[in-house]
Amino acid sequence: MSERFVVLRNREIADLDRLDVYREHGGYAQFERSVRDLGPADVTGIVKAANLRGRGGAGFPTGLKWSFVPANDKPKYIVVNNDESEPGTFKDHEITLHNPHQFIEGALIAAYAIGAGAVYIYCRGEFWQEMSHLERCIEAARGAGLIGKNLFGSDFSCDVFVTPGAGAYICGEETALLNSLEGELGQPRLKPPFPAIEGLYASPTVVNNTETLANVPWILEHGADAYRAIGTEASPGTKVISVSGHVERPGNYEVPLGTPFAEVLALAGGVWRGRSLKALLPAGASAPVIPGDVAMTMNCDWESVAGLGSILGSASFIVMDETTDMVDVAARTTRFFEHESCGKCSPCREGTFWLNGIYGRIMRGEGRPGDVEVISDVVAQIDGTCFCPLGEFALSAPRSTILHFGDEYAAHIGTKNGGAPK
Amino acid sequence: MTLLARTFPDEIRAAIAKYPEGRQASAVLNLLYLAQAAYGRITAEAIGEVAVLLEMDPTQVRGVVGFYTLLKTEPHGKFVIHYCTDLPCMLRRAGALLPMLCAAVGAEPGETSGDGLFSVEKAMCLAACDRAPMMQINLEYEYDLTLEKIDAKVTELRALATSAPRPAAPFGFGPPSEIAGATGVGERAAPAQADMGERALLAQADIAEDATQAVADIGAPLPNRKSGKDAPNV
Repeated sequence: MSERFVVLRNREIADLDRLDVYREHGGYAQFERSVRDLGPADVTGIVKAANLRGRGGAGFPTGLKWSFVPANDKPKYIVVNNDESEPGTFKDHEITLHNPHQFIEGALIAAYAIGAGAVYIYCRGEFWQEMSHLERCIEAARGAGLIGKNLFGSDFSCDVFVTPGAGAYICGEETALLNSLEGELGQPRLKPPFPAIEGLYASPTVVNNTETLANVPWILEHGADAYRAIGTEASPGTKVISVSGHVERPGNYEVPLGTPFAEVLALAGGVWRGRSLKALLPAGASAPVIPGDVAMTMNCDWESVAGLGSILGSASFIVMDETTDMVDVAARTTRFFEHESCGKCSPCREGTFWLNGIYGRIMRGEGRPGDVEVISDVVAQIDGTCFCPLGEFALSAPRSTILHFGDEYAAHIGTKNGGAPK
Repeated sequence: MTLLARTFPDEIRAAIAKYPEGRQASAVLNLLYLAQAAYGRITAEAIGEVAVLLEMDPTQVRGVVGFYTLLKTEPHGKFVIHYCTDLPCMLRRAGALLPMLCAAVGAEPGETSGDGLFSVEKAMCLAACDRAPMMQINLEYEYDLTLEKIDAKVTELRALATSAPRPAAPFGFGPPSEIAGATGVGERAAPAQADMGERALLAQADIAEDATQAVADIGAPLPNRKSGKDAPNV
């Protein structure tokens, strides 16, 4: 099996980030067709029939999400989640730089489907150059009459804005993102109400990931059946998989969902230096670790990965070779979550703080007998008690590394220098 | 207390206009970046001015400032280096190169160099793990780092520092590539190996073996999958 480009069409078409090139290749034709020839419900129906699922991590059906938006008099909003911050994820970065019009078009089609008059593209603050690039792209589309008032002579008007984050992983969580966009602290909200009912400015809002929206023009052009012909029954379409770590060729690889992991690994040139695969984190820092031999049996779709006790998430594959210190892996992911905990709820704020402290001690060679039990105890106290998924994600690496690589903890705690077990 | 409004009147208007009427608080991050550029960092005056401009409670603005890592309340160098030390970069030996970077700029993580040019910060994942080790300098990406690349970049920045900076977000100076007068780098460059003494010391330290390994590991740049170019088209 090889790569299949639905989203990363920039790999096959040079300069696709230029509006003229994008339009030469069918760009914005589906948005125009939607507005001219299709009703909003038709558009949602096609996306529903395609069973497009959210690419930001949760895999929630996109068309269903759109259909939750009530028909009331409130303004409606599309918010693009371009806050890409999960360690190991760099797909939206490439889409934003090299195929930006495709997700902008997808966002406009989504806006038409739910009756939104504005699209906000929320970018992580570190995407400073990328935001300038997006603004130039939006300006070009506005100049071509693709964004603005009474589009294609209809009564549908929509504007598109870039809005910056400023360095906070939690703002990738949709309600935290909305708070951030409203000028509040980027902390999650209690659900329900869900954003589709009360989102931005308490108005109906759909928050979709960049990659998700980039699929939409393709689905409208080729139809739901063609889309469902790619991938698996439950997980149709392609997925951009970000492969990082110990491989020969790190990078984004777009493959049909359900592609065996072994083939994705081969696309990335295999484990580097002829070494063997020790473990895989399939969804960045948030995923439970999968031991290498198990990973080699995995297929890349939500159901298959869940069946192995982990998550596909946004498909950021961090590959680790035989030399990797798995306690260090857990320590680094714990440090990440401690840093990124928003402080709203105690189990996450305090729990990640104490976990980070214990891991720091172990890595300094000051581990104590019983530390693994203390980590497990803290994990149990955080589990199921957090306001949002960040707290739960923080437990994945400690729990799974203790489960699969417990002997490495013993080696660390048994040594005085804190070095990796030789 | 009107430095921000005087420096960026058009930018402020444009930022507020992005959001619906009465929702001007949404522009707070936009304005805080501008304030950082105008004031050099987020000072109490900057917070006060943003609060007035957006009709927000200063306490709320202060809370926002404290929440986000890119808003700096402390003085920082002309070039803020965010060096990624998250797992995917560390798997590709980012840890071994970090001391080299610190030696080259003369600042440890969390510090600003004595000449006021460089601040080094350990960053969380910056969404470019395919080109690790990597960093951002004033939010401009530097990919596929090697010792040679770091040396060359630091030399280039030292030369840039003598040219007049154009006030721009996010840190009071634009990305290095946008700083005015960025020509003639060669003539005005500081000696590339000005810190050889430190480097020699470093070579004897415990890190040496690991660092040598890192350089060997990183070796020739790996094939780049991002359609063969760094900068997007306009």
